[in-house]
Amino acid sequence: MNRRSLWELGGPMLLILAVAVAGSTMSRALQLQARSILVTTAVVVAMYLFIGNSGVLSFGHISFVALGAFAAGLATAPAAVKPTTFPELHPFLVQLQLGNIPSLVLAALIGGLFAFLVGVPIVRLSGLSAGIATFAVLIITNNVLRNWELIGPGAKTLSLIPTTTGFLQATLGAWLVVVVAYLYQRSRFGRMLRAAREDPSASRAVGIDIQRQRLLAFTLSGTLAGFGGGLLAHLLGSINTQQVFLDLTFLTLAMLVIGGIGSLWGAVVGAVVISTLNSFLAEAERGMNLVGVEFQVPGSTRLVAMGVLMLAMLALRPTGLTGSRELAWPFFHRRAHKSVRARMSDPDTPG
Amino acid sequence: MRFAQTLIDALALGALFALVAMGVSLLFGVMRLVNFAYGEIITAGAYALLLTKGMATPARITVTLTVTIVMAALINLVLRPFRTVPPPTALIATFALSFLLQNLAILWFGTQGAAMEFLPALNQAFTIGEVRIRWITLASLLMGVVLVGAMALILRRTDIGLQMRAAAADFTMARILGVRSNRVIAVAFLATGFLAGAVTLALAVQRPLVTPSYGFNVLVPALVGVVVGGLDRLVAGTMGGFFVGFATVLLGQFLPPDARVFLNSALFAVVIVVLLVKPNGLFVRHTKGFERV
Repeated sequence: MNRRSLWELGGPMLLILAVAVAGSTMSRALQLQARSILVTTAVVVAMYLFIGNSGVLSFGHISFVALGAFAAGLATAPAAVKPTTFPELHPFLVQLQLGNIPSLVLAALIGGLFAFLVGVPIVRLSGLSAGIATFAVLIITNNVLRNWELIGPGAKTLSLIPTTTGFLQATLGAWLVVVVAYLYQRSRFGRMLRAAREDPSASRAVGIDIQRQRLLAFTLSGTLAGFGGGLLAHLLGSINTQQVFLDLTFLTLAMLVIGGIGSLWGAVVGAVVISTLNSFLAEAERGMNLVGVEFQVPGSTRLVAMGVLMLAMLALRPTGLTGSRELAWPFFHRRAHKSVRARMSDPDTPG
Repeated sequence: MRFAQTLIDALALGALFALVAMGVSLLFGVMRLVNFAYGEIITAGAYALLLTKGMATPARITVTLTVTIVMAALINLVLRPFRTVPPPTALIATFALSFLLQNLAILWFGTQGAAMEFLPALNQAFTIGEVRIRWITLASLLMGVVLVGAMALILRRTDIGLQMRAAAADFTMARILGVRSNRVIAVAFLATGFLAGAVTLALAVQRPLVTPSYGFNVLVPALVGVVVGGLDRLVAGTMGGFFVGFATVLLGQFLPPDARVFLNSALFAVVIVVLLVKPNGLFVRHTKGFERV
């Protein structure tokens, strides 16, 4: 590995470290916000692994996050309170007691398994159909989790999850996801998938099995998203189905689009910049004191702002803040890349 | 008798969903765009009804239709830059727009619902034999039939209808032959705005509580219908919408309560299966022809 390619990994990792270091010096409330930025980064990078490399849109990744969060939460919530709060829970899940790390592994495994099962049919679709089908996956997962009390807390909130996602766990978790995404996109599998994204016909002609490559990326991406869900459950200490549904889907997609959908650096920058802004606006909704002036903005301002930013970015600069390029070694000229418009193109629809 | 009752309710919801589906299909046909923000046109109409509470009914209807048409025109403006981008990018854009508008509604009106009180008298029922039929059921059915018929006539018999069909078949070629794309798209948006207004009026009687996600909750099942029926064809998409509304009432009535909560999952599972097995839609007989509208 040369210096330039090492920098493509080191840059994002340094940015994550910077958030952690800066966050740990702040007040308690802001510390929680900083940790949540790190966890969100992990989730966005997990989504990038599939969406960015394949060029296929997915609205469904938050379902893997949801499964991971509930798996990790149920595995670590105290066994004594589970039967009283959730009388219909399956005895196995009541008994299940895992430590912090094993619960994260479980979250990753569940996310990956579910992504694999969903992926087998879904990877046959691209473009618009893939978007709608993954949206359907999101709705189904939410509907089932919300109503089937044998496998989870249903519409209730699962609480008393040990809050083990401190700065150490959040940083290491985000790093792990970034490293996996980086190794994947430099592996031959990642390159094959990116080739298929650029030109499906040509890549088929040289023998790339596009569906198999997509399935691999989808499963890996689901595994990381499940892991991110586990981190999230251990960050918040309590979780319900509405926290991992449309709002989070919208926010994470906004981060990916605004940062730059086609590069790892874009995913990390988008996640950090947008969740920082998001945290700031969330504080402002609660009322804050800025340079001696008390002010408060009305609730849901932040989602309105995100919507405006996302639309503006999509209209004016669809390659995102980073131009969908990887971070370049600062002492060389940047390599030019094709625009992301070409990458997101739909092979099924002419024009 | 209970069955006849359910059947009539199912027909009525089917008619409403068919109207929403027709709006979605029409836009898709002309612009190749799945518009998530279509639901927010209905929401805007519903808030117009809320704000005009206490005014005379004809005035309320006029205001509501004006608001939905203006809203449709505004959305057309906002989505203009996304006409030339690939479909997935456009899909993210309309998703973002829908979210933006829902949150604007939260900002202005809060998440608490408010009652619109629009013609509550239409919820009264009359009886034929043992079947109780609410007036609004009859009205929705009638409106559905009239509007679908009118739309079909416009598309078949007028110049602008012909141009819309041409644009839907091959946008570039239609432009080369002198169809003015801005005009066609604007008319399509206005038509969908009018349809959304009509749907709002019928919905408002039966679901009087308006919330920021009022329209979204109707759009999602209608969208399912459009995809299942056939995204590419107006008639197929409209039938799909009808089918989903019809099936929702029927299954909701006859499934045991335990299974009823999973109705949504079943609907969306059908979507995935249809996309995989028959991507052109269930109600599309032949795929040779070019006409999409």
